[in-house]
Amino acid sequence: MFSRRTDLPLDKDPLSRFLPWLIAFMVYLAALAQAGLIGLDSLAQRWDTGMAATLTVQIPPDPNAGTATNARRLQIALNMISETSGVLKASVISEDKVLQLLSPWLGLVEATDVPLPILIDVETDPDLNVDARVLHQKLARRIPGTQVDDHGVWLSRLIEMVRTLEGLAGGVLLFILLSAAGTVIFTTRTGLTVHAEAIEVLHLTGAHDRYIAKQFAGRAVALGLKGGLYGIGLAIPTLLVLGHMAGRMEAGMLPDIEMPLLGWVSLAVLPVLSSFVAGVTARHTVMRNLRRML
Amino acid sequence: MDPKTPIAHFENVGLRYGLGPEVLQDVTFSLKPGSFHFLVGPSGAGKSSLLKLMYLAMRPSRGLVHLFGRDIQTASRDELPALRRSIGVVFQDYRLLDHLSTFDNVALPLRVANVKEQDIKRHVEELLAWVGLKDHMHARPPTLSGGQKQRVSIARAVISRPKLLMADEPTGNVDDRMGFRLMHLFEELNKLGTTIVVATHNEAMVDKLGHPIMRIDGGGLKVVPGRRAENIFGGQS
Repeated sequence: MFSRRTDLPLDKDPLSRFLPWLIAFMVYLAALAQAGLIGLDSLAQRWDTGMAATLTVQIPPDPNAGTATNARRLQIALNMISETSGVLKASVISEDKVLQLLSPWLGLVEATDVPLPILIDVETDPDLNVDARVLHQKLARRIPGTQVDDHGVWLSRLIEMVRTLEGLAGGVLLFILLSAAGTVIFTTRTGLTVHAEAIEVLHLTGAHDRYIAKQFAGRAVALGLKGGLYGIGLAIPTLLVLGHMAGRMEAGMLPDIEMPLLGWVSLAVLPVLSSFVAGVTARHTVMRNLRRML
Repeated sequence: MDPKTPIAHFENVGLRYGLGPEVLQDVTFSLKPGSFHFLVGPSGAGKSSLLKLMYLAMRPSRGLVHLFGRDIQTASRDELPALRRSIGVVFQDYRLLDHLSTFDNVALPLRVANVKEQDIKRHVEELLAWVGLKDHMHARPPTLSGGQKQRVSIARAVISRPKLLMADEPTGNVDDRMGFRLMHLFEELNKLGTTIVVATHNEAMVDKLGHPIMRIDGGGLKVVPGRRAENIFGGQS
């Protein structure tokens, strides 16, 4: 299908010299898009499995009630939650942790300074859909003012947005792939025009279209691989720098995004893919154009 | 192919370029296997166009063209390379590939036919020695003289032992002595069974060699029997 030996001076084409750099640029962009795609997918999966199966129950503070009453209210809530089908675990978030969560808004305060709500972290079975509304109604009847936050609702919207971004990244990848193919088509057509006389000589000496196409394809494979390696060589340091910067952000909202091994493998495949796409496109272009000749 | 089947058979062939006038009109002739013909006529008479039809660079606008018994009008594109491998062409402007060495230019028809490299090496070296270019095996065409290029072109045309060899003005760019040497080379090939057609303006050479003449003028073609009484290379001179 591809051939390294060539009867045509394809390596002397000015456009052939630019092709590796054009492909390098596209592979670089494709690597960033693909890394984004993998990162977003990993983020969505973590949110999906980690946070979708959690609820937060908030019992409002009753300044008039004593410590014993509040402890009783908490125990009632815990019992009701634990008895609910599908609940795996219910744990009270400590006052220190609550203060830590509120510190961006309230600053450093003591538990005695402000009335703090009691927060209960509820872990549910993802296979058994716990109805947060029903749980809320039950709890509110016994402990008025109790709120139940179902993370699944806003999380599903967030995941939906992430999936849309993933689709966009996939679209960008496809666009880059088509652009690379378009570049190869343009370069190959130019090569066919430049070497028209030599191609005619090859034809007249009995060469099949396949023989000529193989030479163009072989050249395109080599240039595609070269460009792909340049591109990935530039993309990997960029991704490492981005990963380092993301790690330094310490944004509590975002879980750590790590590139899985499969992600690195898929990036390593990009030069091979660019080379293959270049070869197949060049071959197809030559075969298609030569068919118009006798 | 039946040995009696004409190498080339043209019947009422017409050829026009685009919507222009017919450059060939009702051309009819047959080339027997092993024959030698000169193709003569004034400039612009259609010699090169006729050769183009014969070496399958074009299809006729009308009429019947049979090469090696195969109807060219109905032959598919995939069948043409095999037919072309049975045809050798010496172009007037040589059409050598400047970026390839003499060796690689001559090896071209064998490479496209997927012949093994060791066989290619043997055949090409042998042939280059025969045409006196063994010492220029690695030279590139731009460094060769007109006569040397012509011989490379001939070597490339005959390397795959074609059944039909065509030469377009092969003596046009060389002196008389070299011209006769080249014609001698063609006669040797003809003796080995290759059918030869040589398009030329060189009336003196045509007269001396005395092969049949295909005279083309005004788009039409007449075949004149040859006069082989004298042959400057033969034993009767």
